[in-house]
Amino acid sequence: MVTLLMAAPVLVPVCVAICYLLAGWRPLTAWLAPVSAALTLASALALAAVLPGSRAALDGLIRADRLTEFMLIVIGSVGLLATAATPAWLRGEIAAGRATTRTAARHSVLVQLFLAAMAAAVLAASLGVTWVAIEATTVATAFLVGQRRTRAAVEAAWKYVVICSAGIALALLGLLLLNAAAAHAGAGTGLDWARLAAAATRLNPAVTRIAVALLIVGFGTKAGLAPLHAWLPDAHGQAPAPVSALMSGVLLSVAFCAILRVTAIADLVLGTGFTRALLAVLGLGSLLVAASLLIRQRDYKRMLAYSSIEHMGVMALGAAAGGPLALAAVLLHMLGHGLAKGSLFVSAGRMLQATGTSRIDGVRGLASRLPLLAACTGAGVLALAGFPPFSLFASEIGIIRAGFATGLGGVTAAALILMIVITAALLAHTSRMLLGTDAAAGPAAGGGNGSSAGGAGASDVTAGLAPVVIALAACAVLGLYAGPLAGLLHSAAHTLTRTP
Amino acid sequence: MTGYVQSLDLACGALLVTAVVIVWRRRLSAIIRTFALQGTALAAIAAILAAHGHDPRLGAVAAGVLVLRAVALPWLLRRALGSGPDAGGRETRPLINVTASLLAVAALTMLAYAVSRPLTALDPSPAADAIPVGIAVTLSGFFVLVTRRRAVSQLAGFLLMDNGITATGFLTTADTGLLVELGVSLDVLLAVVVLRVLAGRMRDVFGDTDLDDLRELRD
Repeated sequence: MVTLLMAAPVLVPVCVAICYLLAGWRPLTAWLAPVSAALTLASALALAAVLPGSRAALDGLIRADRLTEFMLIVIGSVGLLATAATPAWLRGEIAAGRATTRTAARHSVLVQLFLAAMAAAVLAASLGVTWVAIEATTVATAFLVGQRRTRAAVEAAWKYVVICSAGIALALLGLLLLNAAAAHAGAGTGLDWARLAAAATRLNPAVTRIAVALLIVGFGTKAGLAPLHAWLPDAHGQAPAPVSALMSGVLLSVAFCAILRVTAIADLVLGTGFTRALLAVLGLGSLLVAASLLIRQRDYKRMLAYSSIEHMGVMALGAAAGGPLALAAVLLHMLGHGLAKGSLFVSAGRMLQATGTSRIDGVRGLASRLPLLAACTGAGVLALAGFPPFSLFASEIGIIRAGFATGLGGVTAAALILMIVITAALLAHTSRMLLGTDAAAGPAAGGGNGSSAGGAGASDVTAGLAPVVIALAACAVLGLYAGPLAGLLHSAAHTLTRTP
Repeated sequence: MTGYVQSLDLACGALLVTAVVIVWRRRLSAIIRTFALQGTALAAIAAILAAHGHDPRLGAVAAGVLVLRAVALPWLLRRALGSGPDAGGRETRPLINVTASLLAVAALTMLAYAVSRPLTALDPSPAADAIPVGIAVTLSGFFVLVTRRRAVSQLAGFLLMDNGITATGFLTTADTGLLVELGVSLDVLLAVVVLRVLAGRMRDVFGDTDLDDLRELRD
């Protein structure tokens, strides 16, 4: 039974993908995707409820500890948000002639495979299988990014696959070196996460240092951290809105979870100093990149993408601080960021359908034309900026406090200044889009064709926003009361720091 | 024993020389031919290690590597070059000219020997002594990836990097498990297929695969 619960997050999406492959995209099958995500979420919650400790299944191939359960909750909840918003979005695309039912079916197949690969990455008992699953997410999403087949979309897909594959190849080199160190230690651990951690004291420190640096930079590519982040704004900007929501809300966190596990092993071998310095540099670099490119940003989907780089940087700083409290804050930040950013990308997709432009200066006075969409966008941006009651407020406070407490005072102070700059830029751009009068933008929106398309979309736009409202409400509730999730967060953080 | 060491060094030497040739040549068809040779050298490394260690499973992996790297991937690359306007094309205008590239590869090889000292010291053996070759090929591949402008050349750089990593994996002689090996090979193959299809689409929408035309997206 527990084995079935553990395998469900991988098996259910694969089965649903086969259904889409056979039956195509129809009004009825359109709702299979949210059902699949809901089942993932349900099995994650059931695992968290029934399973006290870590448990392996399928001949030691998969293992679920508290961190895995929490990551499955993130995948399930953001997956549910994105897939529940997909049918309305796809109907809008088909109505506008930018997609056919065949594109919709292929989109649904690839999204399900993407979800299955992410679940496999967090469930895998060994670093090797995690690597394979994370690279598989690149393969599954490549054609989703390039779905529209325009010049910009194909270019984004090319950059995405080349940069991510090269980055993840570095992680593969690190993986092989770590494997060599483990084999030399003679513990027979292979690449199993738990056994590597148990035998960590016997690993050769010099080899482990090279391996860990390669692994963190390599998985950092996929997590959107600074030196190899260049694919992220292009891919997030060009991908279909629900896919952007999944990539930004979950994929980055799944890659970051691999970094957390590598860091946990590295700290046992090398002490905390090495990974702390590495992660602090990567995190601060990401914040710097995000701040410098957000100020003059002209495209609202790219604006959201740079905000993702910022939040991954904040998480990297939290991981650099280390310790159970900081890691619990990082995990809460993952969930809060996933819900808020997922909501914003879904809203941005509807905005693109309603206005026909992704330029910030092409959208004016949204609050008066589409009040619900404007409210969702506004609330989402406030959540991202870290305003209470949203949970990102609590997690950012936790990360900053941990940073000052662990002697990263200078880095944290610099990060705080960059975060304020980023917040100011985000709020300025968003208020220009939401407020103001429609009159100036109305004629400029592209004459009769544009405004009639916007008018037709208006009622539909509102219809697809229920998942966004629920997700933002959940994000706000989490900030006030984490309930049983608080216990899960802390025990997940303790599985990383090995202090049960 | 000496025969084992000599043949292993010969195969690793072939790996490094083919990497240098790939950096040196500009004609894409010649690069692809050299790439097939390199795949053979890589399979030879695995076969030599398998024969030395009497490891039939590694022997099977060697056969798989030969099929994948020496036949299937070069064939895919040639197809990508295929019928487009740049058929039989040349690379063309690399960001760094050939002389400087060769010097860079020499520097990268020295760097590889410097950084992999802990690796050779970990478990001294003829195979471990050759690990820097694998690292040098990986670094050269990364170098080709960032300095070339044709889509197919970038693809070759990616594969060069991957050959180097695979060679390093063989030379550390630590078993990673069959599932991981299969998964890695499958992912690489799929990534190359995806890139090939994207290169074809790029040719459809841009009329060429010169990545200098990729200017739609920037800040």
